Amino acid sequence: MNDVMKLLRSAPPSALFGMLVIVSYIFVATFGPLLTPYGESEIVGAEFLAWGDEGFVLGTDNLGRDMMTRLIYGARNTIGIAFITTCLAFLIGGVFGLLATTVGGWVDQLLGRIVDVLMAIPTLIFALLILTILGTSIPVLIVVIAVLDSTRVFRLARAVSMNVVVLDFVEAARLRGEGIWWIIGREVLPNSMPPLVAEFGLRFCFVFLFISALSFLGLGLQPPTADWGSMVRDNATLITYGDITPLLPAAAIALLTVGVNFVVDWFLHKTSGLRDEH
Amino acid sequence: MVAQRLALGLLTLFVVSLIIFLGVELLPGDLAEAILGQSATPETVAAFRRELKLDLPPHERYIAWLADILRGDLGRSLANQREISELVGVRFANTLFLAAVAAIISVPLAVTLGVLAALYRNSFYDRAVNVVTLSSISFPEFFVAYILILFLAVQAGIFPSISNVSPDLDFWDRVYRVILPALTLTLVVVAHMMRMTRASIINLLASPYIEMANLKGLSRMRIVVHHALPNALAPIINVIVINLAYLVVGVVIVEVVFVYPGLGQLFIDSVIRRDIPVVQASCLIFAGTYILLNLTADVLSILSNPRLLHPK
Repeated sequence: MNDVMKLLRSAPPSALFGMLVIVSYIFVATFGPLLTPYGESEIVGAEFLAWGDEGFVLGTDNLGRDMMTRLIYGARNTIGIAFITTCLAFLIGGVFGLLATTVGGWVDQLLGRIVDVLMAIPTLIFALLILTILGTSIPVLIVVIAVLDSTRVFRLARAVSMNVVVLDFVEAARLRGEGIWWIIGREVLPNSMPPLVAEFGLRFCFVFLFISALSFLGLGLQPPTADWGSMVRDNATLITYGDITPLLPAAAIALLTVGVNFVVDWFLHKTSGLRDEH
Repeated sequence: MVAQRLALGLLTLFVVSLIIFLGVELLPGDLAEAILGQSATPETVAAFRRELKLDLPPHERYIAWLADILRGDLGRSLANQREISELVGVRFANTLFLAAVAAIISVPLAVTLGVLAALYRNSFYDRAVNVVTLSSISFPEFFVAYILILFLAVQAGIFPSISNVSPDLDFWDRVYRVILPALTLTLVVVAHMMRMTRASIINLLASPYIEMANLKGLSRMRIVVHHALPNALAPIINVIVINLAYLVVGVVIVEVVFVYPGLGQLFIDSVIRRDIPVVQASCLIFAGTYILLNLTADVLSILSNPRLLHPK
């Protein structure tokens, strides 16, 4: 407990702000249904009510649903799916990346070439092509984005573990006759952790923005599921009247990604000891 | 090195075309039935399949499809039976126009900001630019776009919030109408280019010849602009070209927000309507442009680096 306090005290204000943002988002996402009296897609009043009208703090949306409730449920859906996708991307990319360096040889070559080709195609274009073919559903969305994103994780995991697999203790484990998965799990992975943790934050931001973008285009989470990207699109007409309500979900997205970026920035400084002072 | 990279680029293009083609093969159900609807008789479906050459084996169709594309024949749209090359031509030109305007604004801006940040590093200015750019990468594109619309179009009324260009508009009128989308794209790409410029200059400032220049008593401005910048150009050019590639592909969302008649808008509409031939064509054009620009970036960085040009 003391260590945690010490660590927090040493963090710069930007990182503290980031942590505060992340914690509050997690809180809202977890306890969402308890924070609002209305249902996720329950129609509660007239369309496009202004802020504070009839007791709706942020008014209502294009179908007369409570904006505040949609925002709270949106946190749940958007963050939840982005988190699952990032985990899956790390599972795929991490396992293959560590496998490539630990086994080496043709496995490394083959995986490397496949990833090169996948990375040469712009992600958004590729994702849209696959979504056209398979149709939009949450599992398809998660798998497609995770696979496309895992290429970056693969590159990083490979680059980091490259320096670990040549160390003596890995060699010793090999000579002891340990299995490949044991070596990966017990020797290589723990020693490649810090950059991967930082990357997790960055990849999460990327996936989160990506899913929001797809939803904004009408190709991500489908209605009536509350989702920040599609909420912006549905209520966008209000902006031409100078009403900032449609910007709230977009701002919610921006705030979270900024928060995560601040924390990652600090974490990278701490773990690498890198500071650009010359 | 260059030849090797070019060959890899061609191979990638080939694989991408294969993926785009095979992707449609995986489509659940039969394309002909999907187009004609359930009420079609088996005979019409069979005739239609012959017309679309669906009765041939996949590898023959792939070769025929590729040959058609290389001749500039992209097929017909399922939605309105129009020639895709006609649909795509004007729109792709519009997309490139938007990307070009954005590039003309963003590249000089990014390099200037980067040089200034390197010049006054660790100053208040440097930190402010750092925070602003870090945040602007974190914002979703549509957020930036709507904020610009809110302030510059709705409240100030300087620019139009919808960028509907048509071919008969004169050049400056078109520029005026694409300013907002171009500014949005600028805000999205400047951060990356600016950070790279700053990092590569700061990297060089530690080298002996800069110290020499310092000891000669040259001004900081002169050292950074005349001594460090020319040597830092290679990585900067590389990151600029990569960002140009991103500009062409990244326009999709911006085009949708501003209802700009570009290829991205057509692409999204076709994805929603599941107009497969148009999706395939747009995909191929976007992926092709992206790959070619990335290829250019790699070739430029090989050519500008003697160590890569003459490997041991």
